Amino acid sequence: MNGLDGTEKRGIKELGAEKLVGWDEVEQGVVINSFEGDATGVANVHAENRNYSDFNSYTATVASWRVIKPVYNRDYCIDCQNCWVWCPDSSIISRDKQMLGIDYDHCKGCQVCSEVCPTNPKSLLMFLEATENDEALAGWPEKKEKEK
Amino acid sequence: MAITSIKNLKEFSTNNDRFEGAHLLCPGCAHSMIVRELMNCTDDNLVIATNTGCLEVSTAVYPYTSWDTSWIHIGFENAATAAAGAEAMYKARKRKGTLKDPNAPVKFVAFGGDGSTYDIGFQWLSGAVERGHDFTYVCLDNENYANTGGQRSSATPIGSTTSTAQAGSHSYGKKEKKKDMVAIMAAHGAPYVAQLAPNKWKIMAKGFQKALETEGPCFINTVSACTTEWKFDPKDTIHITDLATDSLMFPIYEIIDGKELNILYRPKNIITVEEYLNAQGRYRHLFKPENRHVIEKIQKDVDEKWELLQRREEARV
Repeated sequence: MNGLDGTEKRGIKELGAEKLVGWDEVEQGVVINSFEGDATGVANVHAENRNYSDFNSYTATVASWRVIKPVYNRDYCIDCQNCWVWCPDSSIISRDKQMLGIDYDHCKGCQVCSEVCPTNPKSLLMFLEATENDEALAGWPEKKEKEK
Repeated sequence: MAITSIKNLKEFSTNNDRFEGAHLLCPGCAHSMIVRELMNCTDDNLVIATNTGCLEVSTAVYPYTSWDTSWIHIGFENAATAAAGAEAMYKARKRKGTLKDPNAPVKFVAFGGDGSTYDIGFQWLSGAVERGHDFTYVCLDNENYANTGGQRSSATPIGSTTSTAQAGSHSYGKKEKKKDMVAIMAAHGAPYVAQLAPNKWKIMAKGFQKALETEGPCFINTVSACTTEWKFDPKDTIHITDLATDSLMFPIYEIIDGKELNILYRPKNIITVEEYLNAQGRYRHLFKPENRHVIEKIQKDVDEKWELLQRREEARV
């Protein structure tokens, strides 16, 4: 969907699907590494080029939380990045000042992105989870005239 | 320090998130907006400690972590202490020359909810600030103990209903005023103290950068709208925060060195607190005729506070 290579690790596991350990089996004092190997300068590396370990929640998904999902329409987007700055789930993918798409593995469908979208008509709208993206894009609403 | 550009949102958006998705915060929670923004403000290495609260339990669900940086999971009250201890050790090891990369820039940050900042961790925070460690404490103020079911904290404003201060036939909810934490921290003489809100992203990013740059203990109180306990729709998080800042329930200002106060945001149209209260379920009972006097009281308090802030800004003392 997002046109990025190297994201095979993203959201491959359902959260909570693995065997849970009991409270008396958890070790006292645990260190969890977010990355395999050296993680120096990770702030300057795009997500798709990072060497995430299996313990990073990037490799997990919360997609099953969603009832409605945002659909992104490139035609009306002005790349203002409002959705990027206010997305609580780091699910708006922006590269080189351009909005690329939505990370459906981590999006919880809270609708904040659609609310803060300033374009007319909005370039992010919410649809039922079962709706196909193509179907949603085909029925995109027309530009609304301002009420005088 | 490697500051990232916050000239406009487009440039800001070229940053790479160091806070990953698939944490378990509620949809529309403002906590993660604030945390993401702080981590995007700088390219430096961050050492973060977090008090127990929504943020901690949701971002470190064993065996997962959502943090792409050094992060310490600590008890309910200890984030300030943990950050202070890490900072002291960093300084000691730097002096002894035992650091792997002594020139790498490191910043120390502590996060806490309002319960762990205003109530439980108050003594520890006060101690760390008094000792003058070089760290930034960010309070994510959602005005109740949201993690355990919405009990009242000393950050809960008057008139709000919570699970331990419930509104009913004999009560209009919490009867005490909110503690003025920003003033208390400024009274410590901290070099930078501010109250910020995520809806004004640029002011908030500037404040974070200033706090990270400033040497010494800095305290930032951020407004974090809670969809679950404030009882509003998740999509309205930013809208509610707009109402909060425009009604001056949460004025945005900074205090430098405990005396120089600057108001960072003056709303063009100041709205009534009634409009802010009306948007949330936790204040619904105030609109009954017998509770109307509470709204008037809140409005009076807000007006007085705003007057005080403006006077202090003018006086520069």
